Amino acid sequence: MARITAGIGCSHVPAIGAALDNARDTDPYWVPLFAGFDRTKAWIAQEKPDVVILVYNDHATSFSLEMIPTFALGTAEEFEPADEGWGPRRVPVVQGAPDLAWHIAQSVILDEYDITICNKLDVDHGLTVPMSLMFGQPEAWPVRVIPLAVNVVQYPPPTGNRCLNFGRAIRRAVESFPEDLNVQIWGTGGMSHQLQGPRAGLINRDFDTAFLDRLTSDPIGLSRMPHIDYIRQAGSEGIELVMWLIMRGALGEDARELFRFYHVPASNTAVGHIVLRPADFVEA
Amino acid sequence: MPAEKDYDDVPGTTVFDAERSRAGYHLNQFCMSLMKAENRARFKADEEAYLDGWKLTPAQRAAVLARDYNAMIANGGNIYFLSKIGATDGKSFQYLAALMTGTTQEEYAAMMLAGGRPAAGNTSKKAPSAGAGEA
Repeated sequence: MARITAGIGCSHVPAIGAALDNARDTDPYWVPLFAGFDRTKAWIAQEKPDVVILVYNDHATSFSLEMIPTFALGTAEEFEPADEGWGPRRVPVVQGAPDLAWHIAQSVILDEYDITICNKLDVDHGLTVPMSLMFGQPEAWPVRVIPLAVNVVQYPPPTGNRCLNFGRAIRRAVESFPEDLNVQIWGTGGMSHQLQGPRAGLINRDFDTAFLDRLTSDPIGLSRMPHIDYIRQAGSEGIELVMWLIMRGALGEDARELFRFYHVPASNTAVGHIVLRPADFVEA
Repeated sequence: MPAEKDYDDVPGTTVFDAERSRAGYHLNQFCMSLMKAENRARFKADEEAYLDGWKLTPAQRAAVLARDYNAMIANGGNIYFLSKIGATDGKSFQYLAALMTGTTQEEYAAMMLAGGRPAAGNTSKKAPSAGAGEA
């Protein structure tokens, strides 16, 4: 059967993609940021996941105000990097995993998580920046991807509790897929940041550190944090962090931390990264 | 649904809720149109004429023409949509952020390098001296 073998949390700051695409990743400003992902790059090259379920948000790219799905799952064969207003990122086309994606869609809907199914979905920096951070700049991405877009632009985003429980439903779906697949789930966005208004630039290291800690020590308590706490303490855009709870829910009740990285700033944002293992993980 | 918008207590912050989304629908959809190169060219060639094609309020229109991002947000704009105007103008996001915070881009970049705007003292209008909270 398919198994979820690891969860990754990772920010998806667009400036990181721009730095890579424009060969500025060796600038002193960016060196510490990219160095923070070297360990994960080496690790994931050993792990060789077959499929990544990549939880991210669209930033007014494929979804405008015309349609605002709370959870949208990409079931297509492939996903084009989107033109976000200055031409698409020059990164490989993202290859989908439609068999597993459709299985998850049907499974979670019958499990009472009524998602939107997307057969056409251009993916923006929210999805492609984490890919670049984990895999660098290959000719083709070494993994198939199931995009899971979560609305965090139009208030309110789904609650942390809903996200954690949805992650649990995704785990049940993956574990009922007959093919032997090594599946990872990534939660992206965050950490603390605010991009709008006179309070733009807000960073809260204490909040971010506690959030990373509680992913293993107290995920259920963390999932009960109300939206106002994210907005107040982690910035209006820091509320993207609810997406990490989908990842966490999909790892089962207990998980252990393999490693983490934290860096301020990438442009306007605190960059957080964590790698988690489900407690029931057994070496293949 | 709480009658009071608890998030309106957060200083310098406008949460993009239902009311603001409804008020800003046409403004944000105008921004969305700038995703296409031909529309960016038409907008740059004649901003007034391009804006005539969108049902903006006088306040929204004036804010766009003045590139007053805080005024656009006050009139229903969402930053992810508004940033497409900045991209059309060839401006970085840090430029927009500095503009919204009333500092120079150099000062803003220096603040970020020094760890960003602290949460302590910046989390509540009612309790301006509140410290930084944890998750």
